[in-house]
Amino acid sequence: MQQGKQAAGGRLVATGLRKQYGGVFVLKGVDFTITRGRVTGLIGENGAGKSTLSSIIAGIRRPDGGAMTIDSVPYQPSGPSDALDQGVAIIHQEIKMIPELSVAENMFLGRMPTRRGAVARRSMHDQARAALDQLGVRVDPRRPVAGLSTAAQQEIEIARAIIRRPAFVIFDEPSASLGNQETERVLEQIELLRAQGSGVVYISHRLEEISRIADDVVCLRDGRSVAGWEAADVDRDAMIRAMVGRELAERNVGPPPHRDRTVMQVRSLGSTRFTGIDFDLREGEILGVSGLVGAGRSEIVRALAGADRFDTGQVLIGDVPVRIRSVQDAITAGIVMVPEDRKTQGLNLDRRGGENMTLPWESRLTRSGLITDRVVRDTQCRMAQELDIRGDLDAPVGLLSGGNQQKVLLAKWLVRTPKVLILDEPTRGVDVGAKDAIYTIIRSLAASGVGVVVVSSELEEVLLLAHRVLIVAGGRQTGLLDRAEATPERVMELSVPAGRVPVAQR
Amino acid sequence: MSNITGNARRTDPAGPAAPTEHPATTVTARKPDEGPRARRLLRRLGRTSGPLAGLIVLVVVMSILSPVFLTTHNLVNILVQVSYVGIMAAGATLVIILGGIDLSVSSTLGLSFMIVAVLYAQAGWPFPLAVLAGLLLGTLIGVMNGVMIAYGGIQPFIATLATMFASTGLALYVTNGTPILGFPDWFQALSRTRFIGISLQVYLMLFVFAAAAIWLRFRPAGRSLYAIGGNEEVARLSGIRVRSLQLRVYAVAGFLAAVAGLVVGARLDAAQPTAGNSTDLLNVIAAVVIGGASLAGGVGTMWGTFLGLLIIGVVNNGLTLLNVSPNLQPVVIGAVIILAVLGDGRLLRTLRHRRGRTAPAA
Repeated sequence: MQQGKQAAGGRLVATGLRKQYGGVFVLKGVDFTITRGRVTGLIGENGAGKSTLSSIIAGIRRPDGGAMTIDSVPYQPSGPSDALDQGVAIIHQEIKMIPELSVAENMFLGRMPTRRGAVARRSMHDQARAALDQLGVRVDPRRPVAGLSTAAQQEIEIARAIIRRPAFVIFDEPSASLGNQETERVLEQIELLRAQGSGVVYISHRLEEISRIADDVVCLRDGRSVAGWEAADVDRDAMIRAMVGRELAERNVGPPPHRDRTVMQVRSLGSTRFTGIDFDLREGEILGVSGLVGAGRSEIVRALAGADRFDTGQVLIGDVPVRIRSVQDAITAGIVMVPEDRKTQGLNLDRRGGENMTLPWESRLTRSGLITDRVVRDTQCRMAQELDIRGDLDAPVGLLSGGNQQKVLLAKWLVRTPKVLILDEPTRGVDVGAKDAIYTIIRSLAASGVGVVVVSSELEEVLLLAHRVLIVAGGRQTGLLDRAEATPERVMELSVPAGRVPVAQR
Repeated sequence: MSNITGNARRTDPAGPAAPTEHPATTVTARKPDEGPRARRLLRRLGRTSGPLAGLIVLVVVMSILSPVFLTTHNLVNILVQVSYVGIMAAGATLVIILGGIDLSVSSTLGLSFMIVAVLYAQAGWPFPLAVLAGLLLGTLIGVMNGVMIAYGGIQPFIATLATMFASTGLALYVTNGTPILGFPDWFQALSRTRFIGISLQVYLMLFVFAAAAIWLRFRPAGRSLYAIGGNEEVARLSGIRVRSLQLRVYAVAGFLAAVAGLVVGARLDAAQPTAGNSTDLLNVIAAVVIGGASLAGGVGTMWGTFLGLLIIGVVNNGLTLLNVSPNLQPVVIGAVIILAVLGDGRLLRTLRHRRGRTAPAA
């Protein structure tokens, strides 16, 4: 429509791409092809080079070696906007929007249409609306981004990328912060792009999404392309083998049996965000909490952990009612929470592993009133051993891999064994190997008698770990199912109450 | 806890997390406790090695340029001159590590001692009681700052800017702008009394620095300032009482400003309504920044601030000895600030970070 040359079909071919950071090769000669009208799934563990590869193709970084062509014409983007001019767009994992600006302004940031030197608002709004309509997103382009859900922002991000009808679009883990319904919407939009003739790269840790959407699958490991398939002939296990370079043990081990003694009772808990939450948690039990994004999952557990206030209801530890008005109260009662976002809620990225671990416990760890380096180091060594954390814990934790960061975060909350451990999205953004290690840790904690609450937007994860599943929809508890009854269909059914269509589905 | 995962591994030896199978083992496996001691020491020195080297260079250069510089008398003099700024800088370091800023310290210094003087000389209060009232007032101004910032959600810069104006004005108002002279002899003697050749105010400053350093490094509350400055939400979710600590730290900063007011008062034997001017405030912040603290919060040490303080003292003293116009001294301090920031690599890191994020447009 806008740019003639993009209408021509063809391929973006990268050959022998190399990239190093500070002497470490992240890409060691990668060949990669994107074909118009096809979706290429890109998989690999954290640190395999997926993001580096996609940022080179999108012009964000420059390769140290290798070449790229579009339809046999050399393609050397000088920056992201140049790449966009040449028909290559990227949708980032983390949404970067300016909350105060309107939806349309965000979509046209840096290249707003002008008329006699002033921003041509009407034309901008019309174009924005057209792009949003095309994706079936019902958001007023004139409203500010502030207050929109993550899912809605993700959709705007996609609209922003496709507004110029790019020939090639890269999705860098768009589903990482989305629930099942929202992810489904993204996948539908990708199908739409494919039908319109764009070549799409889809990066995700969730292999079922890859199987569902991709025409081709490419696997990176340690900066090399190690495998490629037509999606029709690859199964999940083959993908995992290629990613980790080894067989994973049988994944579907059930949770260890729990005990009969009740560790926590939650009685008709309510706040402005949820009402009528009511359940018991037994020693050694793993309770899964499932629901759509925005259903109130995180809000409920945050209230239990003292991070937010609740207005009504009661929490009992054993048989004793406890007052939870702050995180400190919850810790004292024996309830701790591993928060959802390790980078903004869980860890001080600039500080060392040990310092992060001791932080909640320092007033309990003093020796003659003091926290010495020794206390910190002892804690760090002990936890590193218990949770099998590899990597340099004397370096700022921000430098560790996602999996190790998540383990440090777990360690932080296990320095003292809690009565109740709440995990909000315990495996977000970690690779398959680390995920398995974290599952093992969760199971063994439960086996030792800790009551565990797991919140996850991945239904598969909940069903894999939990003895029972608590389902919330629209801030209400719609079900509490035993493991045997909790089929994916039944859980989904309860997550979307009859007669009410979730916002994301429209 | 210690045996939980251990058990799991024993009962499930071929478990998915069995370490030997992991391909990354050979690359990253390293016992966390074998980190070389020397490297850890270097890392700790890292942040303050810049200011330390700068101070040494300055001292060497000055002792070559001026024969008087390296005399005991002059060195002690430098310490005396910076002592009241140092007492305030100790408090400011805590505030800045917390991720805040306190612009009101120097005007708190002025107002609190002015109140001491008014209560003693005009209202006829016993002097010790007047001193207590002064300290209380300083603390109260700090508490006000803390309440506005921690509970009122007002940005530290704005809240303390307001209290700075208010206390400067009040100091002028209560005396109509005239200085108050005449205090008990023993009070004035405090600034003249020497112990091993060094006057008491220097010991007071050193005590404040040592106490603050120990609190900051070894006490749970002090250590959590770094966590709050690094990321307030992480700190809150870690069970740290963020607001009450913020309140306490601003209160301490106000209290220390009042203590600094007493030091200045004893030295001048007068309460000047103009005491605690903007130069003092800027010197306080400069000492903290030169010492390696980041105004973004989460970074800084008492030792660094102390070095920064000495650098400012040596520069001002040296320029005076060399007969450089006192009006030029702030220019040099300005240059030192930029050098310090360049020296500890913060600026370079920022630039590199920027370049890493957005590829340079050709």
